[in-house]
Amino acid sequence: MSIFINSSSKVIVQGMTGSEGTKHTRRMLASGTKVVGGVTPGKGGQSVDIDGHQLPVFNTVAEAISATGANVSVVFVPPKFAKAAVIDAIDAKMPLVVVITEGIPVHDSAYFYAYSLQKGTTQIIGPNCPGLISPDQSNVGIIPADITKRGPIGLVSKSGTLTYQMMYELRDIGFSTAVGIGGDPVIGTTHIDCLKAFQDDPDTTAIVMIGEIGGDAEERAAAFIAEYVTKPVVGYVAGFTAPEGKTMGHAGAIVSGSSGTAQAKKDALEAAGVKVGQTPSETARLMRAILGR
Amino acid sequence: MDLFEYQARDLFEKHGVPVLAGAVATTEDEAFKAATAMGGKVVVKAQVKVGGRGKAGGVKLAVDANDAKEKAGAILGMDIKGHTVHQVMIAQAAPIVDEYYISILLDRSNRTFLVMASVAGGMDIEEVARTAPEKLAKVPVTAVDGISQAKAKEIIAQANFPADIAGQVADVLVKLWETFQSEDATLVEVNPLVKTEDGRIVALDGKVSLDENAEFRQPGHAALVDHAAANALEAAAKEKGLNYVKLDNGQVGIIGNGAGLVMSTLDVVAYAGEKFGGMRPANFLDIGGGASAQVMADGLSIILGDPDVKSVFVNVFGGITACDAVANGIVQALELLGAKATKPIVVRLDGNNVLEGRAILTAANHPLVEQAETMDGAASRAAELAAK
Repeated sequence: MSIFINSSSKVIVQGMTGSEGTKHTRRMLASGTKVVGGVTPGKGGQSVDIDGHQLPVFNTVAEAISATGANVSVVFVPPKFAKAAVIDAIDAKMPLVVVITEGIPVHDSAYFYAYSLQKGTTQIIGPNCPGLISPDQSNVGIIPADITKRGPIGLVSKSGTLTYQMMYELRDIGFSTAVGIGGDPVIGTTHIDCLKAFQDDPDTTAIVMIGEIGGDAEERAAAFIAEYVTKPVVGYVAGFTAPEGKTMGHAGAIVSGSSGTAQAKKDALEAAGVKVGQTPSETARLMRAILGR
Repeated sequence: MDLFEYQARDLFEKHGVPVLAGAVATTEDEAFKAATAMGGKVVVKAQVKVGGRGKAGGVKLAVDANDAKEKAGAILGMDIKGHTVHQVMIAQAAPIVDEYYISILLDRSNRTFLVMASVAGGMDIEEVARTAPEKLAKVPVTAVDGISQAKAKEIIAQANFPADIAGQVADVLVKLWETFQSEDATLVEVNPLVKTEDGRIVALDGKVSLDENAEFRQPGHAALVDHAAANALEAAAKEKGLNYVKLDNGQVGIIGNGAGLVMSTLDVVAYAGEKFGGMRPANFLDIGGGASAQVMADGLSIILGDPDVKSVFVNVFGGITACDAVANGIVQALELLGAKATKPIVVRLDGNNVLEGRAILTAANHPLVEQAETMDGAASRAAELAAK
């Protein structure tokens, strides 16, 4: 098992014919993901050869679903067209939509998130995220597949490279699923959604949660852990040295006044019984101690 | 991007939110001219992006144009909480009978928009929220539904606005929503929204924040950027398309890939620096996933141009762009920089093709470059070099 994606996930790529879309479709295929087609409005009916895989292109997500039985979509379209692409997927009742695109205006992401709630049939991950991987089963997005293998750890993080770093630190143990939820102010899947799924996943025995400054998602996650999660959780929070009022790369990573500080997040997590590392390496050591490896 | 009050006022006017006459002035003479054109009493208001300017003496009533010139002279150049006043707004004065509060903002916690409205305006709204929460109506609004006339009336009723002005305030709220949505704002706030003696509802002071991700469809927003406030290094980095933030009191220049990893690198350096007399990170610089030689050279050249920097820590996790490509980028960047590279550089590479990457750096044998195997070890070494 794993969370959100597994070996039977059938994936379509929205924006597959663009350069980023093609590049990452190739990588997803190479890591064993069942990519079954792509969607580019206006290019329906064509087919694309990617390393010997003949992938059909559709005009809409609905057509792609009816022809291929896809149950996951990954979005690589540029910010300008991302809202329309996600709405197309929601209208087609796509169960899981993973939005990799960085730089989507927050009015657009707030719109498609609200729209997904109204329709009630689509879970969104991202935007501005690296996607997710269940090693040796399925890889949806841009996470390098060759860092690590299948194993007992579940990982949820706002940041892409910190996800990779943590997977690398614990590569000999392996991961059930690693989810990069994204660093934007409005995201479709939160730490809490992932924590709940990991708690309920029989193949996950311990969880790493990586947070960063801005918002109160980590504080909420801490409250959820105290209430619901019985599996051991170790945490890491980035941004202790970030000054107030400066955005640290991610649109959502900004400390305003007393809210959103790394210290507040660390305190909340520790109060919920989460062991929080001072550096990524120390966090990995905490996890090793818990697993006895 | 946060706007100045006068910029917010202009956006409000553009979208039909009622405002008083106002003009920006950067000199006493401009203030005099603006006040003359307006006639009568005016208010001279410091334009700074920080609260509490009234208490700091940055807002003054002037009886005529000569007085406005004098008041502007006193306010221009003032320091308000570390912000120097470079501009004042000359605003028409109006007799006020009541003050209210209204705002629309992005509510991150609930991943939706939120309207806040109160009849207790003119004061710090966080204070109202703390001491008299019953006086502050908070109503979620989705991006899909927006604020129709009917929704606006419902919100205004919930906030207990007096019946004689409820209709006018609801109209203002609809116009504010139009401003919020069509300008890609993350905050529009009017505090105070006032009722004047002649019964008009007017936005007297406002705050607006705009979403920088929407620049591609907001061509007018580029003109609103405050170039005077940008640090010279930040401005140079922006020109190169680099994601750079200068930090105060730092000695270790930082380059990394991915916002989260770079934030983490700053922390790890500050943590390691405690052992070396309190060495701190000098900047945030995320060169992104595809660390090409040119981007690495641009980044290094910005950081080496920072006189505060004593050593540099390049922290890269090789993902899609593997370590060998990054190592080649560093070698080529140092060739491009030539004699301009003068400070020790500690490089930590990890991830895909790490052995190949390290071998490339070893073979290049650049006198300024040292390698470290771990992030914590590299941070410690960079701090040690900075302290020398």
